[in-house]
Amino acid sequence: MSNTKYSEDHEWISIEGDVATIGITDHAQEQLGDVVFVELPEVGSTIAKGEDAGVIESVKAASELVAPVSGEVVETNGTLEDEPGSVNENAETTAWFIKVKLSDASELDGLMDSDAYKSFIA
Amino acid sequence: MQLPFGGVYSPVTCKLKEKTLSDLLKTPLYDLHVENGGRMVGFAGYDMPVQYKTGIVTEHNHTREKAGLFDVSHMGQAFLIGPDHATVAAALEKLVPADILNLAKGQQRYTQLINEDGGIIDDLMVTRQQDDEGTLYLVVNAGCKQGDYDWIRKHLPHGIHLEEHQDHALIALQGPAAEQILANNCPDAVDMGFMDAIASQFTIGDESIDIHISRSGYTGEDGYEISVANNKVRAVADALLANDDVILIGLGARDSLRLEAGLCLYGHDIDTETSPIEAGLLWSVGKRRRVEGGFIGQERILREIAEKPSRRRVGIKPLGRAPAREGTEIQNLDGEKIGTITSGGFGPTVGGPVAMGYVQAQYAKPETKVQLIVRGKALEAEIVRMPFAPHNFKR
Repeated sequence: MSNTKYSEDHEWISIEGDVATIGITDHAQEQLGDVVFVELPEVGSTIAKGEDAGVIESVKAASELVAPVSGEVVETNGTLEDEPGSVNENAETTAWFIKVKLSDASELDGLMDSDAYKSFIA
Repeated sequence: MQLPFGGVYSPVTCKLKEKTLSDLLKTPLYDLHVENGGRMVGFAGYDMPVQYKTGIVTEHNHTREKAGLFDVSHMGQAFLIGPDHATVAAALEKLVPADILNLAKGQQRYTQLINEDGGIIDDLMVTRQQDDEGTLYLVVNAGCKQGDYDWIRKHLPHGIHLEEHQDHALIALQGPAAEQILANNCPDAVDMGFMDAIASQFTIGDESIDIHISRSGYTGEDGYEISVANNKVRAVADALLANDDVILIGLGARDSLRLEAGLCLYGHDIDTETSPIEAGLLWSVGKRRRVEGGFIGQERILREIAEKPSRRRVGIKPLGRAPAREGTEIQNLDGEKIGTITSGGFGPTVGGPVAMGYVQAQYAKPETKVQLIVRGKALEAEIVRMPFAPHNFKR
């Protein structure tokens, strides 16, 4: 059974224990086009569901990473700041953005599973 | 995250009432765009490709390295027709600050339509036809064309009229390989210099298609703009695309290419509030015109030439990685607002963010340090000379 969930803001959330790894979906990177800049929150900072938790810019547009869950940022993927283009290559694997220690696990209930997300973007 | 490119893209430039998606016009190459995976968006009232499958960076780099084909059929093409060149040139010179009278046959020139206050109604290309007997060929911006035509017609004397060239498409072949590629079907292209314009034929097998070409463009690269009948443009485009070195280029790369080349985008870097002098376009104001004047809006323009403008368009290089977009506030190092970015993004050739905007004149000197307010944070940046990527014109 997959423990990866999806948000309506086109993020994937992979859950291990009480830590969620968050990235953007392959569909999102494809729609954004060439990613040229990524800004991540500080490790140790707190993010709140629905608020901005990072910046993703493609050649034409700036977008925000919208926090799909609340919690403390415990790790960030610093390689994205040096190689933003890796988001286009490996959006759903190595190009994750942040790891968050969940403050309210019940927030996961409102997220979609893989099939629901596929229908959502269809 | 808000995903981009849904719906209608980028503000329309000339206060044209925005059309809804279903009202969008199609160029004669619409099917070609769709067949090639073009991501279609509303732009200046037309359904246009912002990019194709390979993406903006690839399209941009391909144009700099080989050649790119752009559909610019949404732009306005028109003829200004009168009894002889001197009469037609004099009529147009009332509306623009360029020297049109001394434009040689087969030459193209960049200029602007100026309003009563010295602001820019639109920027345009004016060509004196090679076989000229009193006709100037105009190419104006898509979003401005109706307003331009109304303005021009309102000011034309008797005996001169404007004729829209609606049955012709316009495509641009840009990049270092453009000459060699176009020469396969049109050997005349080789002998042209930058801003030359000729009538010629594009030959495909036994068929010869009438074309009008100018050696110019909007990328900073060598290249051509080709005007051809709507019902022949697909054949010309297909023949060019049959060359391995040519790919289709969308509006996204068109914007990043022109930004790196330091070229103005109407409605962003120039508009009815900005004058050509503030915009750094003094070079396009004819020397004779600076002395004689004789055009609408000359008061402000001649004054700014004499006294220097209070603000100037400059190149701005953000020193970090973050792009600074249009509308970003520019501050001096004391945190006081000194201007605004009018175009900004990522320059694939530069490999980093690039921008242009207006600053108070005392900050316009290259290497002046400024700060840009992006998402509430002050980012270091520097005023730089443009272009960001060297021009590669055929001189």
